[in-house]
Amino acid sequence: MVFLQNLINALQWGSFYALIALGYSMVYSILMLFNFAHGDIFMVGAYIGFGVASALIALTAMGAFALPGWLILVLTIIFSMFLTSFVGMIVERVGYRPLREAPRASAAITGLMIGIILETGNLALFGAQRVSFPSMINTVTYNMGGVFVTNKKIMIVVVSLLLATGLHQFIRHTRYGMAMRAMAFDYVVVPLMGVPLNTMAAMTFALGSALAAAAGILFGVAYPVLDPYMGILIGWKAFVAAILGGRGSIVGATLAGFLLGFIEIFVAMIFPSTLRDLIAYSIVLLILVFKPHGFFGEAYSARLRL
Amino acid sequence: MEGTSEKLSPASMLSKINIRAWVSRVPLLGWLIGALVAVGLEMAIGTPLARALGLYKAPALFGFAIMLKKPMLIPGAVLYLSLIYLLPIGLIARFGSAALNKLAAKLADFSTVFSILLHLALLYLTLHLWSGMSDYRVLVVKLALIAVIVTLSLNVINGYMGEFSCSHPGFMALGAYATSVFTVSLFVNDKLFGAALLPAAMGPFFFPIALFLGGVTASIGAMIVAIPSFRTRGDYLAIISLAFMFIVKSLIENLEVVGGPRGLGSQPDWANLPTVFLITVICIWIINNFVRSTLGKALNAVRDNEMAADAMTVNTRRTKFLAFLFAAFWAGVAGGLFAHVLRYVNPSTFGIQKLAEVLAMVYFGGLNSVYGAIVGATSISLLGEVLRPLEIFKWIIIPLLLILVMIFRPTGLIAFKEFDAKKLIQPKNRTP
Repeated sequence: MVFLQNLINALQWGSFYALIALGYSMVYSILMLFNFAHGDIFMVGAYIGFGVASALIALTAMGAFALPGWLILVLTIIFSMFLTSFVGMIVERVGYRPLREAPRASAAITGLMIGIILETGNLALFGAQRVSFPSMINTVTYNMGGVFVTNKKIMIVVVSLLLATGLHQFIRHTRYGMAMRAMAFDYVVVPLMGVPLNTMAAMTFALGSALAAAAGILFGVAYPVLDPYMGILIGWKAFVAAILGGRGSIVGATLAGFLLGFIEIFVAMIFPSTLRDLIAYSIVLLILVFKPHGFFGEAYSARLRL
Repeated sequence: MEGTSEKLSPASMLSKINIRAWVSRVPLLGWLIGALVAVGLEMAIGTPLARALGLYKAPALFGFAIMLKKPMLIPGAVLYLSLIYLLPIGLIARFGSAALNKLAAKLADFSTVFSILLHLALLYLTLHLWSGMSDYRVLVVKLALIAVIVTLSLNVINGYMGEFSCSHPGFMALGAYATSVFTVSLFVNDKLFGAALLPAAMGPFFFPIALFLGGVTASIGAMIVAIPSFRTRGDYLAIISLAFMFIVKSLIENLEVVGGPRGLGSQPDWANLPTVFLITVICIWIINNFVRSTLGKALNAVRDNEMAADAMTVNTRRTKFLAFLFAAFWAGVAGGLFAHVLRYVNPSTFGIQKLAEVLAMVYFGGLNSVYGAIVGATSISLLGEVLRPLEIFKWIIIPLLLILVMIFRPTGLIAFKEFDAKKLIQPKNRTP
């Protein structure tokens, strides 16, 4: 029973990691760079979701239109994904496009610094007190033979799996997806074939940020307290998941995100919860020692720029 | 520097007496003596002058804090700054450069070692007198010097070896805790470790041993990162080092013996300015020799092309291993100093924030360069203190500055430049 209960918690926890890891992984596959501001884009997405949800709820309360709670949530997710994708494109324009030819580490530094600016900017705008995310749907708990499942948990897992599958289909079956795959294969030659690198990079950032925004709202639904530094820890862990999955692998990033969720929840189940990070990271370290290229990663190539 | 002034003919030199030309003719000795005179001036008339200019007291850090807090006092603070610092340094640099160049030439001809030691003594004297005027300055100088050690040691891995290592806060934490446990358990009556085992008077002699132990502990910890680096490079190694950092932090948080998440305090007050200065100088000397040695060149070879380096008989495994251990050693020493300067350590100090700060220093100053590390560490840590009155907006300005540096000079301000103390102390009027 305890095991099943934790399995469900782990699925929920892992879906946040998976959604954020997808953004890291996509940017990596195209530009060979990590977007270190991604964790903070997740935070910005959660705040944008908070703003959109509050506005919609206020409009409903004023009687402008009557919407059921679940529709408000769906609209919030869609609007916030749309708005946050612009944040991603701005990050790409400011921090990554000027550094196309620079050493990779320099772009990592600009990403880190944009992350700090986003955190501090948020702190300056909203102050240090935490914001509580509005609740749009009522929690319904189902008792399945001793295992308690809430409708929110089911919704979170289903939505994140849907988004991940949607992304996979997009990359597999559309022209833009094909261009992205080609770019991931060789980002030096493919632009010569008429695929615009800048458009593709901006689109990748936009897609990743939209997924991060979805993760932010789902996180807000599950844990309705937002603070400007919420993106740091989750972002870095999702980064670890993206690496663990193998670079640039969509399936790998999703699976590794869930795996990291499982490791963390089950470590906390067996050991005292203060040991969670210690053991989780030790497992990650061991995996990387014995499988240095992640689960789905290709062997190391000479494409490293520094 | 050589290119601008020496290649001009005397006639065109006369016609082109601009600031750049005469600044490039001032030897290091001139700047040091100018700074010393400025500090002396501040000691003599600093407080009355500050009162006369409408400031409450002599500004602690060049008056920037006052300017940012009270815009009305900007003229006074600027006047103070120029009268006390800029004017004497400028005058000595402008009119003393001929005599000082002669003196520098004599010193350099007499003995290089003696000349370097004299320069260091002058630098120390200036720092000592300047920071002696307020406790805040002492702290700022000490932390800046420690930042120099950390940045230099990280530059060995990130700059010279070309890996993106995120483990330096972890090495610092290991060093800080090992050193603190040694000193606190042996020399301090403390709740955690009980009564002192040795008389406190013997303590300062054991401090170098404690720091050495801290460095060695960090080196042993570094093996966890160094051994996987044989098989993997780049991003995966970055993750391994990041995981190492989190593991160290989490391990210390769970070790109740050393205080757990509450931290470890009451370290003895041995990390005074001379100690920190001396260790920083020794660190710069040793790291500079390390990166200029065969091993240092092997590091560059491994960075540029590991397979080619291997083919050219570079033992890549040994090189990487030693570089990690060496860099971790100095990070550990810096951690030990850090713990004894603040006299309190807490595992949460050595987290992502510290990592971002140290990486910023390395990439701001410049990769693969000892100058760059010194410039980056001092400028970022001073900037952090100077902009303190802006509170959180400090963390918008510094990152913006760094983004601009990255866009216009992607490898940092002074990258790929060899540090040569002999060249540094040379008089500046000699034709090469």
